[in-house]
Amino acid sequence: MFETLSTRLSGVFDRLRQRGSLSEADVTEALREVRIALLEADVALPVVRDLIERVRTRAIGQDVLRSVTPGQQVVKVVHDALVEALGGEGAVGLNLQAPPPLPILLVGLQGSGKTTTAAKLALRLKEKERRKVLLASLDVQRPAAQLQLAQLAERAGVTSLPIVSGQAPLAIAARALETGRREGYDIVILDTAGRLSVDAWLMAEVAEVSAAAKPAETLLVVDAMTGQDAVNTARAFRETVAVSGIVLSRMDGDARGGAALSMRAVTGAPIKLVGTGEKLDALEDFHPERVAGRILGMGDIVGLVERAAETIDRADAERLAARMARGKFDLEDYAAQLRQITRMGSLTGILGMLPGVSKVKAQLAEANVDTAILKRQAAIINSMTKAERRHPDIIKASRKRRIAAGSGATVPEVNRLLKQFDDITTMMKRAQKLGEKGLMRHGLSALMPPGAGRRGF
Amino acid sequence: MALSAFFSRLKEGLQRSKQKLADGIGAAFIRRRLDDAALAELEDLLISADLGPEAAARIIAGFRRTRFGKEVSAEEVRAALAEEIAVILAPVAKPLTIDRAHAPHVILVVGVNGTGKTTTIGKLAQQYREAGLRPVLVAGDTFRAAAVEQLQIWGQRTGCEVIAGKDGADAAGLAFDALGQARAAKADVLLIDTAGRMHNKNALMQELTKIVRVLQKQDATAPHSVLLVLDATTGQNALAQVRVFREMVVVSGLIVTKLDGSARGGVVVALAETFGLPVHAVGVGEQAADLRPFVPAEFARGLIEG
Ligand SMILES: Nc1nc2c(ncn2[C@@H]2O[C@H](COP(=O)(O)OP(=O)(O)O)[C@@H](O)[C@H]2O)c(=O)[nH]1
Ligand SMILES: Nc1nc2c(ncn2[C@@H]2O[C@H](COP(=O)(O)OP(=O)(O)O)[C@@H](O)[C@H]2O)c(=O)[nH]1
Ligand SMILES: [Mg+2]
Ligand SMILES: [Mg+2]
Repeated sequence: MFETLSTRLSGVFDRLRQRGSLSEADVTEALREVRIALLEADVALPVVRDLIERVRTRAIGQDVLRSVTPGQQVVKVVHDALVEALGGEGAVGLNLQAPPPLPILLVGLQGSGKTTTAAKLALRLKEKERRKVLLASLDVQRPAAQLQLAQLAERAGVTSLPIVSGQAPLAIAARALETGRREGYDIVILDTAGRLSVDAWLMAEVAEVSAAAKPAETLLVVDAMTGQDAVNTARAFRETVAVSGIVLSRMDGDARGGAALSMRAVTGAPIKLVGTGEKLDALEDFHPERVAGRILGMGDIVGLVERAAETIDRADAERLAARMARGKFDLEDYAAQLRQITRMGSLTGILGMLPGVSKVKAQLAEANVDTAILKRQAAIINSMTKAERRHPDIIKASRKRRIAAGSGATVPEVNRLLKQFDDITTMMKRAQKLGEKGLMRHGLSALMPPGAGRRGF
Repeated sequence: MALSAFFSRLKEGLQRSKQKLADGIGAAFIRRRLDDAALAELEDLLISADLGPEAAARIIAGFRRTRFGKEVSAEEVRAALAEEIAVILAPVAKPLTIDRAHAPHVILVVGVNGTGKTTTIGKLAQQYREAGLRPVLVAGDTFRAAAVEQLQIWGQRTGCEVIAGKDGADAAGLAFDALGQARAAKADVLLIDTAGRMHNKNALMQELTKIVRVLQKQDATAPHSVLLVLDATTGQNALAQVRVFREMVVVSGLIVTKLDGSARGGVVVALAETFGLPVHAVGVGEQAADLRPFVPAEFARGLIEG
């Protein structure tokens, strides 16, 4: 369904491979693709427009690095603009600089993850900051909402305010803060009912709670899957309460998370935390770099570009690709590739930077592949003769024994290498047959021989 | 600030912004030629309603073929565009019909976290009661804190029996037992709640298939309906949700919740084009009565007018 941005852009740039710098016309064409990619990632339209303009002025006239494609170059400019728009490098912490009991207010739409986040936050503040935390639910709308928070509090090993049925939110907030003062709590977390931006009555209610409780932090909890409506929600809450931070929940899903950008742009508040699961320890700091890559749908392409710039020679890579395409891939080429890979860092690290390979990566992680194995394989290939590298078919039992002895390996290891090389060439033939379209549709897994990742080396 | 003062100020503000939006579109099209710029504005309007760039472009391309260069008023453009979208939606507007012969008609309710599954079950239970049927509810979300109690409250509100197991109990086992009980008690409808699950978590998705398998041990035709509950605030990820849930279980229809908010749920148009799954109903509030039939013309109009 979603093409990654670099795939889209490589189409645009295919015909200008040779040129030295990005022209205005190239950039304009590329930015059309960028716009679509951002919209598919659910970045809100006004925010997309703004970003595109910023990228346009920056990209025009940039020199294209020898080791990357022009498409990747534009992606890097877009990525950097995204990181900036998301708040720049590094995480922003919670403001805990206020006299106790320090109130934290959680607000958001129905079902966005407020109650779960309240409990996660309590656990984190208790464990990491050694604070004494009181949890209180002001949700009198959703059935059993207060009970939900009470049960979660128990799981977190944190106290929750006793439930008094029939009490209104404002009164619960007052009771919570009073209890906090009286019983010496450092932090009081106020969980509230979900409310829609158009629900004037409920919005007024939370404004009153905020005015009375004077929270040190007002966190807007937003589902990472949110679409264009993110701007309406952000605007409505910003106009009602003093939003000081955003929590992006459900980042463990596969949504691209463009809402993060919309939220940040409209509220001006930093994204402080992300929810990555239903368990109470699934709360993490927000890293703009990672989310930017995700919005673009491409893993850490920027890291790839940067490392590629240092290590891989593009001309070399293209020569290799051309040989693969002609089905002329031999052990010598394989050894060359191994060297490049080891130079760039661990295999799993590189795979993580590529789009759409998380599954393969997981299989490899399971198989415990590391660069040590690759180096060993390179050594085995090194002790082959030129003829053997060009025509691996001639390697029979006696040659295997010699190669093993020469590289300090065992015959089964040599066998595994040959088998693996065989798998790779089969895979390449399949890739050729599928073509680029087929690859997009079926993903990398279409190439893997059954059970490939698991076999180990 | 007094509550009432705040309330009226807020109301004014909201009315203003709604008015502004309507004016914006109105002003843009009064006696205006439907040229490239006007079409681009319409396309943006669709994108802002979550139709996604692809579906929006496709619809506007169709619009361009038939209407390019015509002098049109704001009202005409709106009506025509809504009409175009309603045509796409018409085939998927199908109410959920209960077959009493199944005794009970088993409905499995699935979806990602927090979309409104439990609330929707409460609303459906209310409708069935009003139609003179006897629904039984199953508290199959054994994972989320107080999910069982939440459904039990819905049972009380709607006067329906709720079958629940212990916290953390196996949902499939519970569903199996519940179906047995409901058959013995000759219930008409069995509404099975499930825990929310992200579609990219394979182990959790496998659990769903297990629930289906054990139900079929008692009734090979069960579940008779599998409802996927979608939150209207969700953007393009809804496409992935539908695709993956369909791969795991036989999703028979969708219910779109939270349409009482400012989100317009335009991804439903892309869903209709891509999957053609029935949309049975829409949720428009947190109360038992807040479930409405899905009416394409109304929905399409809502997309365009906000
Ligand atoms: N997968 C996942 N589920 C979450 C996350 N945060 C909350 N949830 C789930 O989303 C649902 C709604 O969460 P809840 O805290 O009740 O939302 P509230 O209505 O805003 O209070 C529950 O099923 C939670 O377990 C998250 O980061 N990841
Ligand atoms: N405004 C509104 N809220 C809804 C609607 N449907 C569900 N909700 C709310 O959304 C939240 C999550 O609903 P719930 O049924 O618990 O979701 P589940 O986790 O999928 O079972 C609750 O606060 C519900 O009251 C709807 O149609 N409109
Ligand atoms: Mg809650
Ligand atoms: Mg539920």
